Amino acid sequence: MEATGVTAGGKPVTFPQYLLLNAKRFAARPAMRFKDYGIWQSWNWSEQRDEIRDLALGLKAMGLAEGERIAIVGSNRPRLYWAFCAAQSLKAIPVPVYADSVAEEMAHVLNNAGVRFAVVQDQEQVDKLLSMTAEIPQLTDIIFDEPRGLRDYDRTHLHDFGSVQDRGRDAARANPSAVADWEAGIRASDGSEISAILYTSGTTGRSKGVMLTAAASVKAAEDTAAFDNMSERDEVLAYLPLAWVGDHYLNYAQGYVVGLCMSCPESPDTVAQNLREIGPTFYFAPPRVFESLLTSVMIRMEDASRPKKWLFEHYLKVAKAHGEKILEGRPVPLSGRISYFIGDKLMYGPLRNVLGFTRIRTAYTAGEAIGPDLFSFFRSLGINLKQLYGQTEAFLYVTCQKDGDVRPDTVGPAAPDVEIRITESGEVQFRSPGMFSGYYGDEDKTKETMTPDGWVMTGDAGIFDAHGHLKIIDRAKDVGKLTTGALYAPKYIENKLKFFPNIKEAVAFGDGRDFVAVFLNIDLTAVGNWAERNNISYASYQELANLPQVYDIMAGHIDKVNKDLAAEPMMAGAQIKRFLVLHKELEADDGELTRTQKVRRGFIAERYAPLIEALYNGAAEQFIETDMTFEDGRKGVIRATVKLMDAKVHPAAKLLPEAAE
Amino acid sequence: MNARVKHVELHADDDGLNPGDVMLKLENVSLSFGGVKAISDISFDILKGEIRAIIGPNGAGKTSMLNVINGFYHPQQGVITFRGQARSRMQPYEAAASGIARTFQNVALFKGMSTLDNIMSGRTLKMNKNFFWQVLNIGPARNEEIEHRLKVEEIIDFLEIQHIRKTPVGKLPYGLQKRVELGRALAMEPDLLLLDEPMAGMNLEEKEDMSRFILDVNSQMGTTIALIEHDMGVVMDISDRVVVLDYGRKIGDGTPQDVKNNQDVIDAYLGVSH
Repeated sequence: MEATGVTAGGKPVTFPQYLLLNAKRFAARPAMRFKDYGIWQSWNWSEQRDEIRDLALGLKAMGLAEGERIAIVGSNRPRLYWAFCAAQSLKAIPVPVYADSVAEEMAHVLNNAGVRFAVVQDQEQVDKLLSMTAEIPQLTDIIFDEPRGLRDYDRTHLHDFGSVQDRGRDAARANPSAVADWEAGIRASDGSEISAILYTSGTTGRSKGVMLTAAASVKAAEDTAAFDNMSERDEVLAYLPLAWVGDHYLNYAQGYVVGLCMSCPESPDTVAQNLREIGPTFYFAPPRVFESLLTSVMIRMEDASRPKKWLFEHYLKVAKAHGEKILEGRPVPLSGRISYFIGDKLMYGPLRNVLGFTRIRTAYTAGEAIGPDLFSFFRSLGINLKQLYGQTEAFLYVTCQKDGDVRPDTVGPAAPDVEIRITESGEVQFRSPGMFSGYYGDEDKTKETMTPDGWVMTGDAGIFDAHGHLKIIDRAKDVGKLTTGALYAPKYIENKLKFFPNIKEAVAFGDGRDFVAVFLNIDLTAVGNWAERNNISYASYQELANLPQVYDIMAGHIDKVNKDLAAEPMMAGAQIKRFLVLHKELEADDGELTRTQKVRRGFIAERYAPLIEALYNGAAEQFIETDMTFEDGRKGVIRATVKLMDAKVHPAAKLLPEAAE
Repeated sequence: MNARVKHVELHADDDGLNPGDVMLKLENVSLSFGGVKAISDISFDILKGEIRAIIGPNGAGKTSMLNVINGFYHPQQGVITFRGQARSRMQPYEAAASGIARTFQNVALFKGMSTLDNIMSGRTLKMNKNFFWQVLNIGPARNEEIEHRLKVEEIIDFLEIQHIRKTPVGKLPYGLQKRVELGRALAMEPDLLLLDEPMAGMNLEEKEDMSRFILDVNSQMGTTIALIEHDMGVVMDISDRVVVLDYGRKIGDGTPQDVKNNQDVIDAYLGVSH
């Protein structure tokens, strides 16, 4: 690797240093793609450097100074990613914000971070910020990417992205040394500055700003990129929220470190098509994306002709029998290899192609437990899908699975250079290269999360299995006991339920209660399709959810889960006794889910208190009235009478003689 | 927006009129079918750059009014002046060529064709090369096609329908079909855009989207818009001036505020005891 003149042994220690290096070593290689007007546009590394430099000089001319925070709001677009690097090149701190947060949430983050500038995507975001001007007094200037609809806005403090770059170019013309100074400034950094503040999704309460230093971030990205043998020939599609640590890490951080090419989709609605066109080599998706992919494949197969269905089912069995073994290089009989080869030509290959997975070398999933069947399905098709366990506080990786050593129920051993320990209470703690330096402006919270000897508390309960792989059971504080004394891990139960395609979300209750009861959210696509197939008409989610037939399906699913639980001695006491199907989908806009779609248990318990009471008092139905928030921030009220139903409980499995040996 | 793509501005042709000048003027127009008087003695004008709404109860003659403006019906009496020129029996295709585009109350798209092709069909009048050139698809004809495609892509981007670019419109939900139809009308780069109930059958969110598109078309492309709409909230929010019809007669004309306070209009909408 070429020396860039930085102090730490010549290796870059910040992302802008990597930008300069890549602009030299990969000058003509693509760095960024974006589909615009139906055509993929691309920028190579040296063009990308120029775009970033113009922006950086423009921001500097506008007064962005070292250490100042700059908010970045919008969907995945080249210009917003450039804003990250441009800010970092001036030692200013980019603060990405979830684009779908409502104005109040956004104001909280911007206020907490004390931002003076914001780079935003479009009119929608500009309007949101302008509506909160009184609450964010320190925000002075907004820079936008998409001018549409902003023609008549007052331009005193509102700037077109292009005009800021023009200012940068003017500054470079006026002062011949401006460019050299900018590059010298980048090279002078020792990587000790804060590189970004990423806000947590706020599973418990308000989101906190996680400060990440440049050198640590770079080191973490180098480690994992080497772990997965990534190179400049890799391709990624950036489609997950820009403000989320996963997107920032996998696309931006690893991207700069190895010099790969990042593609941005045309619009959030075209991701599936764009995925097929780009064919990324490295892919990340949360389990629910894989789930919906599988659901859509299965639904389309239902409509296929008989011979096709037969072919599909036959080769699915072949894949199940041999696919994973072939992927992991384990021994497979010749006949199996031949069948799999034919299946690959007839079905797996075309299916991978339709999904845009043809070129994938490494795919990761994380964030939630993934169903073993779901996980195996994709792996058996020849897709190297693995799991990782991470946190914003770790700058993503804590554990990750090695190629060929993959299990559906664990998250793998510690990632490179990461140390993990499990406390007596069962909590997972770690020390890692990318570890955060504290929460922004919140010393107390930092102290609550970091132990005096420098370990980060994850708040997750976990165990190591016999092979040294970490297994996450639940949030440490959520694990409880029933009044019967039986162990109760809500997420464990919920995950089992969510593995059914018909169930989108489940919330279990039971800590300190007599038995376990659950709320269910049906999956509108899967159940809707079933209804269509059976000539059952419905007008709304609420009506569909309330159908007796749907309750019967759910009862069947719960029965299976109970059977599963009964088979596990530890969990047999925590079978589900009663359930109901909620009249509305749980929504992040209503505060029921986090922006990363995790259930906010405490909030839901409070909001639906009458329903929980009904679960435990034996009522057959319960009236409920809840307020809800529309996307534009208006409030409404939704009323419903929800039915409750009992589920069958199975006797705990007696240990079979052979198992008891 | 991307600096790479040669940026084509979509806008109405320069017709020598300044914003605020009279673009279309109707004087004492009457239309009847046999003994039925659809429109009687109506006069109003449309100014360049404004959003003009035509409202009225069912059967008031609103759609007939649009059909008169774009030459589909020919009034028995009255004078229609478009850009300063009084016109006699104009045919719809002549109206289209002179810069008037429209959408329909019931979506009228080519159902089997993709969104892209439907919008492309709106460019027909702008194509200079004849059929044979197009069949050969070489040189000038090819360049022309590329140029038109660029304009169409701009419209697709503008209306945020990239994800359905290649989908046959027959498969699309109604709200999106309406958007495609608006796209096809925009592809003509009209000076005057006639929208016949653009929000009919839409839910609240779709209505809000459509309102935003209409306002953006008006402000960014400088297109003059005349629209018929039943949703009073929408009309009052987005239009500059409103003309109210009832039983083929004009009973009100002015800003949304004026019209709201007009006693005749209130009577027509709420009914009046005789």
